[in-house]
Amino acid sequence: MAGKNEKEVVIKVRGLVNQFGSDVIHDHLDLDVYRGEVLGVVGGSGAGKSVLLRTIIGLNKAREGTVEVFGEDPTPHRERPENSVQTRWGVLFQEGALFSSQTVAENIQVPLREYTKMSQELMNEVTSMKLSMVGLPEDAARKFPSELSGGMKKRAGLARALAADPEIVFLDEPTAGLDPISANQFDELVKDLQKSLNLTVFMVTHDLDTLKATTDRIAVLVNRKIKVGTIEELRKDPDPWIQEYFSGARGRAALDG
Amino acid sequence: MSIQDADSPSDSRAWLRTERTGRVLRLIAGGAWIVRDAARLDKLLGDLRPDDAPEAVIDGSAVTQLDSSGGWLLVRTKRALEKAGKRVSSFTLPEVYSPLIDTIEKEHTAPPVVMERRHGLMPLLERIGRSTVETGRQGYRMLGYLGRFTIEFMEAMLLPRSNLRIAALIHQVEEVGINALPIVGLLGFLIGIVMAYQGADQLRRFGAEIFTINLLGVGILRELGGLVTAIIIAGRSGSAFTAQIGTMRVNEEIDALQTIGINTFDVLVLPRVLGLLIALPFLTFYADVMAMIGGAVMCYFDLGITIPAFMRQLHEAVSMNTFLVGIIKAPVFAIVIGLVGCFEGLQVERNAASVGKLTTRSVVESVFLVIVLDAGFSILFSILKI
Repeated sequence: MAGKNEKEVVIKVRGLVNQFGSDVIHDHLDLDVYRGEVLGVVGGSGAGKSVLLRTIIGLNKAREGTVEVFGEDPTPHRERPENSVQTRWGVLFQEGALFSSQTVAENIQVPLREYTKMSQELMNEVTSMKLSMVGLPEDAARKFPSELSGGMKKRAGLARALAADPEIVFLDEPTAGLDPISANQFDELVKDLQKSLNLTVFMVTHDLDTLKATTDRIAVLVNRKIKVGTIEELRKDPDPWIQEYFSGARGRAALDG
Repeated sequence: MSIQDADSPSDSRAWLRTERTGRVLRLIAGGAWIVRDAARLDKLLGDLRPDDAPEAVIDGSAVTQLDSSGGWLLVRTKRALEKAGKRVSSFTLPEVYSPLIDTIEKEHTAPPVVMERRHGLMPLLERIGRSTVETGRQGYRMLGYLGRFTIEFMEAMLLPRSNLRIAALIHQVEEVGINALPIVGLLGFLIGIVMAYQGADQLRRFGAEIFTINLLGVGILRELGGLVTAIIIAGRSGSAFTAQIGTMRVNEEIDALQTIGINTFDVLVLPRVLGLLIALPFLTFYADVMAMIGGAVMCYFDLGITIPAFMRQLHEAVSMNTFLVGIIKAPVFAIVIGLVGCFEGLQVERNAASVGKLTTRSVVESVFLVIVLDAGFSILFSILKI
């Protein structure tokens, strides 16, 4: 049944508790992310957006609760089994997290080299394609991360995240620091990829335009809990923070405009 | 006609078949054209021999899965056929993949990236050339920095109120001096033990064990005390200076200081260099004392020389001059270590990797300079017959 296929859960979070000292960040969160959807995660500073992201990709161990990605525990293994979750996702970190000793092209080829047996020529072709997909000029390929601007680092990081054609991409504030035109292009790109590859996107962002343009559902982290819904559903939510977020001046300008 | 793919078309693995019907070459693709299979497909497509058909059709309607690598392989094939002079009359894929193919076809026209060669003769020559030029520039910058330091230092000495930060200076004396006492003391003590042990071992053959104390006194006070202390401090404080100032550069803190109108030399360089200038002679003295204690302990246990006998012999062996010759070098070492540490810190670029690289360079440079200067002092003192 087609409807059932669309609702395949790829990320499953149950009863997640994260706590630093006596500071409870997440209090028994449940979250399902379905295949092929774009989920935006928003929340105030310190609400635990990045902690949630890091917990799902296995970089932060939860105090309580379980996280499953494709039905697997995402904690990094010492031995990497064939087809493990690490080969099926791509992560764009906030500052790009490019390997500083390698050129942009070499960075993009790291996942390809690890997971495929592509010839160097094909890798060079694919690298060039990824660069144009994320809107980087050709000559960026030979530059080192330290020679790139913040926005270019982000694009190069995205190209690396997409290099091995993952099924899920995690994006941490992808459009922050991009000019509006690049941010629009980025939104377009996410939509395109999502449509054609049936890509699942988990995106932490504050960009209301991006939220409106790309996301299917939005998860709001507020008061240590999570509320998930479409923009329309969330705008009806009585919570004052959510009201302020979606119906404040910026929210109205972006969402109604 | 099917080319050598053994997989049956019903398999979900990617497959490729070519057919020739009259003037049309048909390329039929199916299965999962995804990155995991891209290497195999690339080979398959590479083995494809273009024939003389003037028209080609790419039929991908049996493709069950397509990602950007697979999409690229198909687009590339289409472009190659067109380049070979064929007319590609149709290029079909399931409807869901058209956005992806559009993206690749429209937006990607660039040639493959060129990977820079990092090994071999030419890159080696290039690196040698670059580092030669860089060394020259480094020397030039250091000279400028030394000049600036001299001016700022003189100003601070002559008009202390104007730009000397007393609190920062005292903090640095504590940091580089007092906090270094345990490690400097321990190492001094151990050097004393080692020197006494080795000396006793050799001199015993001539029945001249008592001269172990002369060896110890002259060796430690003139040379080793100061040298070892300077090397420890170069590793401990010189590197810390570079890392602290370098981190501030990465964070744009130094830029912030400048925009507020604060002289970065006054707040960052002078307190550190002067703090070291004050602390290092005392540390050297302390290391000398600890080494003498270590030597005395060793002489007592190894040679049976009592402490009073040790003191008498030491008194005869060394003069005030011996001690002064050693201690006079400490301020010079201090300035070199402090200047190099701060200089390299200010050279840091705005990325984290650069902090590590320059911290290493700072330690290597200051240890190198300390030893070179020590050799210089030895030559100078021997000419002056001190």
